[in-house]
Amino acid sequence: MWIYQKKLEFPVNITNPDLMMAKALMAQYGGPDSELAAGMRYLTQRFSMPDDRLRATLNDIGTEEIAHWEMIGTMILQSMDGASLADLEAAGLIGHYTMHGRAVYPADPNGVPFTASYIQSTGDPVADIFEDMAAEQKARATYEHLMNLTDCEQYLAPLRFLREREVVHFQRFSECMNILKELYPDGKQNKLRR
Amino acid sequence: MTECELLSRISEVQFVCVELNLYLDTHPTDSAARSDYFSYSKLLAELIGEYEEEYGPLQGFGHSPTDVGCWVCSEWPWERNR
Ligand SMILES: [Fe+2]
Repeated sequence: MWIYQKKLEFPVNITNPDLMMAKALMAQYGGPDSELAAGMRYLTQRFSMPDDRLRATLNDIGTEEIAHWEMIGTMILQSMDGASLADLEAAGLIGHYTMHGRAVYPADPNGVPFTASYIQSTGDPVADIFEDMAAEQKARATYEHLMNLTDCEQYLAPLRFLREREVVHFQRFSECMNILKELYPDGKQNKLRR
Repeated sequence: MTECELLSRISEVQFVCVELNLYLDTHPTDSAARSDYFSYSKLLAELIGEYEEEYGPLQGFGHSPTDVGCWVCSEWPWERNR
C-alpha cells in the first residue's frame, strides 16, 4: 500500500504564472513520456520481474514518479490559477478551458488524453527494462525542452531537479540491465514454450 | 526552526534517503550505503516527529501519531506558500 505525505518532494511555488509553460508542462503530466506514464509503467512491470533487486528498483522508482507527477500537476495548476479568458486564448488553451476549465487534466500539450497504450509490460524483463531506460532518456529530453522555454527560476528550479532525477533513474535501470545480463547470459529470459 | 525551515530540512534529509534507497535497490549488500541509509532514516524520523509535535500530522493512515494540528485542514502541497 502507499502512505501519503502532505508535502512535495521538491518545493514548487509559482507566483509569476506563465500560461505557455502551463500548456508545455502537460507533456510531463499526461503525455507519452510523462511522469504518469513512467509511474504506471514501472509499478505495473514490477509484478513480473524475476529478481528482488529489479522488483525493488521498479517499485521505488515508480513510487518516486508519482511524487514527480504531483509536482508537475502543482506547476500546471499554479500556472493557470486566475488566468483570464483572453490570456488562455492567447496561450492556445481555449480547448483546455472548454473541457477542463482551469483544472489539471492528464492530456499532452496538444490536448491528446493519456492512454495506457503509452506503456508496455511484456513479461520479458529485458524488453521491459530497455523500455524503462528509453523512457528515462525521453523524459530527460522533454525536461531540457521545457527548460529552453523559460528563463524564470520558479520554473527552472523544479525542472532542473526533475531532469536530474531522470538521469539517476536511467543509471539505476542500466544497473538492472547488467543484473539481467548476469542472470541470463544466454539471453533466454523469456522462456520459450517450444 | 520555523515550519518552512523544518519542512525544507525534512525534504533535504528525505532526498538523501530516496537516493540511498534507489542505490541500495541495485546494490543491497553495500555496507557503507546501508549504514548511511540507517542513520539518515533515523534523522528523518526524528525531524518528522519534531515537525508533527509542533505543527500537526504530515502523513495519513495512522503514520502520524500526534494530537496537534489537523490532517484535513492543514494546507495541501499545491497551495503551499500561496
Ligand atoms: Fe524517472
